[in-house]
Amino acid sequence: MKKFEKLVSKVVPLPIENIDTDQIIPARFLKATTRDGFGDNLFRDWRFDAENQPKADFVMNNPTYSGKVLVAGKNFGCGSSREHAAWALQDYGFDVVISSFFADIFKGNALNNGVLPIQVTDEVLEKIFALVFADPNTELTVDLEAEKLTLNATGESFDFEINPYKKSCLINGYDDIDYILSHKEVIEQFEQNR
Amino acid sequence: MAKTLVEKIWDAHVVQSKEGFPDILYIDTHLIHEVTSPQAFDGLRKRGLPVLRPDQTVATADHNVPTLNQHLPIKEELSRYQVDMLTKNCKEFGVELYGLGHPYQGIVHVIGPELGITQPGKTMVCGDSHTSTHGAFGAIAFGIGTSQVEQVFATQCLLLQKPKTMKIEVNGTLAKGVGAKDIILYIISKISAAGGTGYFVEYAGSAIRELSMEGRMTICNMSIEMGARGGLIAPDDTTFDYVKGREFAPKGEDWDKSLAYWKTLYSDKDAIFDAVLEFDAADIQPMITYGTNPGMGIGINENIPSVSSQPESERPSFKKSLEYMGFEHDSSVLGHPVDYVFIGSCTNSRIEDLREVASFVEGKKKAENVEVWIVPGSKQVEAQAKAEGIDKIFEEAGFQLREPGCSACLGMNEDKIPAGKYCISTSNRNFEGRQGPNARTMLASPLTAAAAAVSGKIMDIRELI
Ligand code: SF4
Repeated sequence: MKKFEKLVSKVVPLPIENIDTDQIIPARFLKATTRDGFGDNLFRDWRFDAENQPKADFVMNNPTYSGKVLVAGKNFGCGSSREHAAWALQDYGFDVVISSFFADIFKGNALNNGVLPIQVTDEVLEKIFALVFADPNTELTVDLEAEKLTLNATGESFDFEINPYKKSCLINGYDDIDYILSHKEVIEQFEQNR
Repeated sequence: MAKTLVEKIWDAHVVQSKEGFPDILYIDTHLIHEVTSPQAFDGLRKRGLPVLRPDQTVATADHNVPTLNQHLPIKEELSRYQVDMLTKNCKEFGVELYGLGHPYQGIVHVIGPELGITQPGKTMVCGDSHTSTHGAFGAIAFGIGTSQVEQVFATQCLLLQKPKTMKIEVNGTLAKGVGAKDIILYIISKISAAGGTGYFVEYAGSAIRELSMEGRMTICNMSIEMGARGGLIAPDDTTFDYVKGREFAPKGEDWDKSLAYWKTLYSDKDAIFDAVLEFDAADIQPMITYGTNPGMGIGINENIPSVSSQPESERPSFKKSLEYMGFEHDSSVLGHPVDYVFIGSCTNSRIEDLREVASFVEGKKKAENVEVWIVPGSKQVEAQAKAEGIDKIFEEAGFQLREPGCSACLGMNEDKIPAGKYCISTSNRNFEGRQGPNARTMLASPLTAAAAAVSGKIMDIRELI
C-alpha cells in the first residue's frame, strides 16, 4: 500500500445520498480476477449511457471539476461488501472521500486500500458543496497526521476522527495482514487452548 | 458481568485485545465464492503464504452461474473464467469446493445452514454482505471485503473493533399472509437503510421465537440492509432440531458437548445493549418496496409517501428514486402491472419458501403478462422440491423452476430484468440496476410475489387466501 501523505486538492462534488456500491461499481464489472482497471467503470451507469458515450450532465464528465477528493451525500457506500468499490475509487484517482455518513463495510474496505473516508457533519458537508459550486477551483487540505480538514477558501479547519491503528497503517503504508502475521504464535496458542 | 449474546461469542474468540488496537478475532468458518476470492488468492501467492486452515474453509460457485443447463460449459466467457479460477485456486490451496455439478452446490448462505456447517456460537465470515444470514443460528456471522478474505486465508483471524449492540424485539402475533420477510422489510422501513449502522443486531421477542429457522434466516439475512454489521438470534430448540443430524453437525458425544455449550448462548437478563427497539407484530402488513433502497417500503395497501413528508435534504434523492421506478408520490401501488416475478436469492429460496409458494399456486396459472422464475437456493433444495412434487405444481402454473444460483438477485449471469420492466423479487436489494440496467425492482415476500405471479399485478395476498 502506498503511504498516505498530506494532500491539497480540488474536489469532485456528488451531492446524492445513499450512494450504494452497485452505483459505484455495478455487479457486471465484478468479473475481473485482478485488482486493476476498475477506475474505468467507476459510477459506470451514471457516467456512460447504453452506447458507452459519456453522459454530459454527470459531474465526472465535466472538466470543470477534478481532484483527488470526492465529496458525496450522506450514507455513502451502502449495500454490498464488494471491495471493488474501494478499488474503483482508488484506481480512478480518489484518495479521499468526504461524506456526512459512511456505510461500515465500505469504510473498512476503503481504509484497507489507502482511501481515506472522512466523516463530517451535515453542515460542513453543505458548506463544502456550496464552496465548490460557487468556485470549482476551491481547494481542501487533508492533513491525516493532524486529523484536520481545512477549507482553503475560508481557512476554516475541522477535526476528523480515525482509528489510531488505521491511521498508522495509512501513514506507514502497511496493512492488517502484516500486523496479524506478527502474532502467529498467539493464534496457534489460542487454537490449542480451545 | 452480564453479557449480551454477541459479547459472549465475541469474547470466546478474541485471540488478543490490546488498548488502542483492534481485537484479533478468531474465525471458525470461512465461506468463499468465485467473485470476491480471486484477488485474495492472488495476494496469498504474492506473499508466498498457504491458506492457514483449509479445513475451516468451504467454497461454492453461485454468483455467476447460469440457472439453465448447468451441465454445459458456462457460455459467458468472463463468468466461466471466474468459476474456473475458483476451481483452480481451491485445488492449489486445498480448499473443499462444492462447484457446479456437485450435489451440495448452491448459494453460499443456503448451503452453510443446510449442510450443518452453520452452528450456534461460531464466528463465520464470507466475502459477501449477506453472511449475516448465518446469525439466525446464534453465530457471529458477517460480510467482509476481499482484503479481509486474504487476511482470513493467511491467518484465520480478522482485525476488528468490537461492534455496538442493538436489540430489536418483535412481540405479538403475525396476521395471516404476513411472514418473516414482511417483518424485516417493516423494520427497515421504520429505521431506514442506515438505521443499524455500526451495530450488531440481536432479534428477540415472541414473534421471532415463533419463526422457523428459514424465517429467522430471512430476517438475519437482511440485517445488512439497515446498515448493521450483522444480525443474530439466540439459539433454542428450533435451532438445535434443525442442526441435528445434518452432514457436518457434531455427532454422538460431540453433539452432547456442543449442545450443552449452545444452551448457554443467550443474552443475560441484565445485559446492556447500546440501543433497544421494539415493534408490535400486529402492526405489520404484507410489505412491498416502491423505491431504490430497501428502506423505501410500505404496507401493501398504504400510499407511497409524499415528497413533502420527506426531510428537505432527502427530497432530491427521493424524487430521483421515484422517477427511476416510474411511480408517483402519494399514490398506491396496488393493481400496478408486473412483468417479472423472481422467487429466489439467499433471502427466500429455501425449501420452506418454495413450499409456501407451491401451496398457494397449486391449481392456479400464472397471468399471461408475467414471466415467473423460481430459482432454488441449492441443489439440495432443488432435489427436495422435485421429491415433493413441487416442480410439477410450478410447471402446471407456467412457472420456470431453474437451477440454483444467485441469478436475478444481482444479474451477474444471464438472468437480467430488461430495462424499464417491473419485477417483484423476493431478494434483498432494490438498488438502481441491481437486477439489470434500468430494471425496476420491488422487494416482497414469497407469498406477495406469488400473488403477483397469478394475477399479473400487485395484490394484497390477504385477499387471495
Ligand atoms: S443471492 Fe443475492 S444477496 Fe444472496 S449471496 Fe447471492 S448475490 Fe448476494
